[in-house]
Amino acid sequence: MSNKLSVAVVAALLSGCAALNPPPKLAPAVRINEDPFPSTYARYPGVPTVIRHATVFTGDGQQINDGTVIFADGAIQAVGGAGLPSPAGAREIDGTGKFVTPGVIDIHSHLGDYPSPGVDANSDGNEATSPVRPEVWAEHSVWPQDPGFSRALINGGVTTMQILPGSANLFGGRSVVVKNVPARTAQGMKFPGAPYGLKMACGENPKRVYGSKGNMPQTRMGNIALAREVWIKATAYKRKWDKYYAKGGDMPERDLAMDTLKGVLEGKILVQNHCYRADEMANMIDMAKEFGYKVTAFHHAVEAYKIADLLAANDICAVMWADWYGFKMESYDAIKENIPLVHNAGACAIVHSDDPNYIQRLNQEASKALADGIRAGIPGLSEAVAWEWLSRNPAKALGILDKTGTLTPGKMADVVLWNGDPFSDYSRPEHVWIDGAEMYDMNDPKKRPVSDFELGQPGEGDVK
Amino acid sequence: MIRALIAAALLSASAPVVAETFVITGGTVALGDGSEPIPNGMVVIRDGRVVAAGDVRMKLPAGTQVIDATGKWVTPGIVAGFSRLGLADVDLSAEGADDTTANGPFSAALDASTAINPLDTTVAVNRADGVTRAIVAPQAGRSIFGGQGAVIDTGADMDPITSARRFQFVELGQTGAQKAGGSRTSSQVFFRNALREAAELRRYAPAVTGASGGAPDERDRPVVHNPNESRVYGLDARRSEDVLLTRFDAAALVPVLQGRQYLLVHVERASDILQVLSLKREFPTLKMVLVGASEGWTVADRIARSGVPVIASAVNDLPASFEQIAATQSNVGRMRAAGVDVSIGMIDDNDTRNLFMERQYAGNLVALQRVPGASGVTWGQALAMITSKPAQAIGMGDEIGSLAAGRRADFVIWSGDPLEGSSAAEQVYIDGVRQPLATHQTRLLERYRYLPRRDLPEAYRH
Repeated sequence: MSNKLSVAVVAALLSGCAALNPPPKLAPAVRINEDPFPSTYARYPGVPTVIRHATVFTGDGQQINDGTVIFADGAIQAVGGAGLPSPAGAREIDGTGKFVTPGVIDIHSHLGDYPSPGVDANSDGNEATSPVRPEVWAEHSVWPQDPGFSRALINGGVTTMQILPGSANLFGGRSVVVKNVPARTAQGMKFPGAPYGLKMACGENPKRVYGSKGNMPQTRMGNIALAREVWIKATAYKRKWDKYYAKGGDMPERDLAMDTLKGVLEGKILVQNHCYRADEMANMIDMAKEFGYKVTAFHHAVEAYKIADLLAANDICAVMWADWYGFKMESYDAIKENIPLVHNAGACAIVHSDDPNYIQRLNQEASKALADGIRAGIPGLSEAVAWEWLSRNPAKALGILDKTGTLTPGKMADVVLWNGDPFSDYSRPEHVWIDGAEMYDMNDPKKRPVSDFELGQPGEGDVK
Repeated sequence: MIRALIAAALLSASAPVVAETFVITGGTVALGDGSEPIPNGMVVIRDGRVVAAGDVRMKLPAGTQVIDATGKWVTPGIVAGFSRLGLADVDLSAEGADDTTANGPFSAALDASTAINPLDTTVAVNRADGVTRAIVAPQAGRSIFGGQGAVIDTGADMDPITSARRFQFVELGQTGAQKAGGSRTSSQVFFRNALREAAELRRYAPAVTGASGGAPDERDRPVVHNPNESRVYGLDARRSEDVLLTRFDAAALVPVLQGRQYLLVHVERASDILQVLSLKREFPTLKMVLVGASEGWTVADRIARSGVPVIASAVNDLPASFEQIAATQSNVGRMRAAGVDVSIGMIDDNDTRNLFMERQYAGNLVALQRVPGASGVTWGQALAMITSKPAQAIGMGDEIGSLAAGRRADFVIWSGDPLEGSSAAEQVYIDGVRQPLATHQTRLLERYRYLPRRDLPEAYRH
C-alpha cells in the first residue's frame, strides 16, 4: 500500500517538473449511486397454493377453462388444465365458478401523493413551482398510510401501481412503481428492480398553470419550445458525464434534474407522457426522436384512436379510460371504443384509473371497453384478450413484464381469485396474493389491511 | 344523414305527441319499483304513457305496432338522482361551456331551469346510454344556497324541463361551512337567518285575492307558489333592515319554508346529518331530502325514523374528506336495511357527465350481497334506486321512474342486463318518443374506425 502511494507521489513530482512530458493521468471516474433510495420490500411468507377448476385468464391473451394455477415460494409454478399435479402439502382452493387472473396493474395512480383525506396538508402530487421539475421523485411524496391502497387491493385486485407526479409540469418528476403491500415507508413498497419513469405532460395543464402566472409556457408552442430547450441542456449534461465516465478527471457538477433526464436519454428511465390529443402526441413523438429518447406510454391518450397506427409503428403504449370524456377541451373527442381500437391497430392498450375510486373497478372499465369494441365490430376481442389491458400491457410499459403481469411460471405470484367473471359488475376479488403471500381474503376480516389513519376511527376495519 | 335525423327529431318533438299505441314484447321486463325482472314480459304504451307492463297479456287492437325485444331487457329509463346535467358541456378552461358555478350576487333565487342546454353533448351521451331524466342541482356559488333545481328529460328536443324549480339546494356540510365563512357554526346560523328572512318576507307580502275573488283564504294569503313571481317583491313587500339575503333570494326560500318546494341538503358527516334532522324538528314544514350522507349508515336508524329520504353516492368508500371518514360501499345497503328511503345520485362524483355510470354502481351494490360483512341490495332494489326511488324522493314518483300504469313512457331496451356496464341501450324512449342515439362520440367513431389514407382527408367523412 505505502509502496504504491509513494510511486504515485514520485510520478506526480516528475510530471510536475517536466512540462513537455505527457499530460497527467486523470483520476478515475467515480460512479454516482443511481439508487440512493433502494427498495426495502421483501415478500411476505406464503404457502404453496393450488387453485383448481377455475376459469383462468393468463394475462397474455389465453383463457383456460377448468384451469389450475399453482404457486409457491412467491412465484408461479405452473398454469394449466385440470391434470396438473399438486405439490405436497399445498393449500387447495376450489375455484369452481370463479376466475383467476394476474393482479391488476394500474400504471397511473396518485395514491400516496394525493391521498385520502384530500386536504391541503396531504396534497403532494404537483411541484407546481416550475414547469421543469424532473428533480422531484414521487416516492418522496408517497404516504404509505393512504387508505386508498387498501381499497385498490380488496375491491380492485390491484397488486402493482405506478405512482406518478401530477401533470402541472412539462417535466413532473420521477414516478415510482410499488407493490400494493402496506409498509411503514414508501421504500418498503417499492417494486424491486422496476425502472423509474419520468412524468411528462403536454397540452392544457402546463400552459394553464404557468400561463396564468404570466410565465412560460403559456401556449402549446411554448410547451414544446421549453421542453426542447431542456432536452438540449440534458444532452449536453449527458455528454459531459459520458466523457467523465470514459476518461475520468474532475467530476462534473451534479444536477438532480439533469440526472433524471440523462437517465431517460440512456434508456434507463421510461417516459410516461400525459398527452390527450392526437396532434400533440405526434409532436411528442418527434421531439423524442429529435433528442434520441423514447416515449414508453402516452397517458390519458383520449385521442389515441386517431393515431393508433402511429402508436403501433413507434411501439408506444396508450393508457386510456373507458368512457371519461369532455371534462376539458383536450378530452372532448373521447370515444368509448378508444381502447379496443388501439388494440386493434396492434398498439399496446392499457386501462388506467388516475383516480382512487376508479382504481377499484379497472376490471369493469375494461369490461365496458371490451363490450363497446365488440359492438363496433372490432375483431379478435375476448375477455382473455382484454385482460392484457389490465396486467400484461401495463407491466410492459413499466419495464417489469419479465417479473409480473402474466401467469407465467417463474414470475411473481401476483394473483387474484375473483368470485365470478371479473368482466361483470357483480364480481369481486375473493383472494389477492402478492408474491404468493395472501394479502386479502374476502372471508377473513383479519386479512384486510387497515391504514394507520383509520385506526380508532369510525368504520375501522369495515368492508369498505 | 344523421344530422338530418336529429333535426327531424327536434322538429317532431316540439309538436304535440301523436296518439299512438305500441307494445314491446318478448323481453325481460323490470318495472323499476323494486321488484325482480320478469322474463318474457310486455310493455304497453299509449299516447306517451305506460298503459301496463310486466307479466301482462292484453288484447291489442289490430295493427298495433309491436317491438320485439326477445333476448333484450326492458326497464324504465334511468333517472339520474343528483346531477348537473345540461349545465356544462366542458368543465375546465372552456368559458361559455360551463354554467355550473355561479359567483354572482344571487343564490337561492337562481333557477337551474333557465340555464339547461338540451344540446350539450353531455345530454346526448347520457341519453344514448339510457338516462332519460335527471335531477339537476345548481352548484353553490358564494352562498350555502345553490338555488333551485330542476328535473329534466334528455330528449333530443328543445323542451328539456319536466319540472322547473322542483327543489332548493343547500350545502350544510364542509362545503356549506366554507361558503358561510369557514365553519359549520356560521352555516347553521346563515341557514336559520335565511329562513327567518323568508318568513318575514312572507309576513310582509301583500294580500292577494282569493280564488273566488273575495277575501283570500288564510292558507293562500302569503303563499308563494312560484318563487319567482312578482308579488313578493312588489312595492308593498317591506322588509326589515336586518337582512343578509337579497329580496329575490329570500323570496325564493318562502316556498321552501312553506313545504311547497323540496329542500335538498348536502351533508356527509354523521353529526351533520343529525343536525339537519334536528332542523326538521325545528321547521317541521320543510320537505327535506339528504344528499350525500356518506356516513349515513352510522345513524341509519335515526334517519329512518325521521322519514327523510336520502340520495346517496353509491360506492364512495374512501375517507376522502374529514366528513367521510366512515365511508363504505355498504352505506346504501345498510341505510336501506334500516328502513331509510335511499336512492343513488352522482354527488361527489362526475355529476356533470358520467350519469350513465349509475347503473354500473347499482350493479356493484348487488355484488355486495356476496361479500361477507357487507350490505348489498337485491337487483330489483338496485334498479329502483336509479329509477323510481330518486323520482319519489322529490315527489315525482307518479310521473317518472317506473313502468307502472300512467307513468310517462320513458323506457329503454337494453342489449342485456342494464346493471352490467357492458350492456348497451339499443332503443331509448322518452314520453313514448323514440330518441336518436347518435352523439359526438359515435360520429367520431364512424370517422376514425378505419385509418388508412383515402382520397380525401378525414374531415370529408361525414
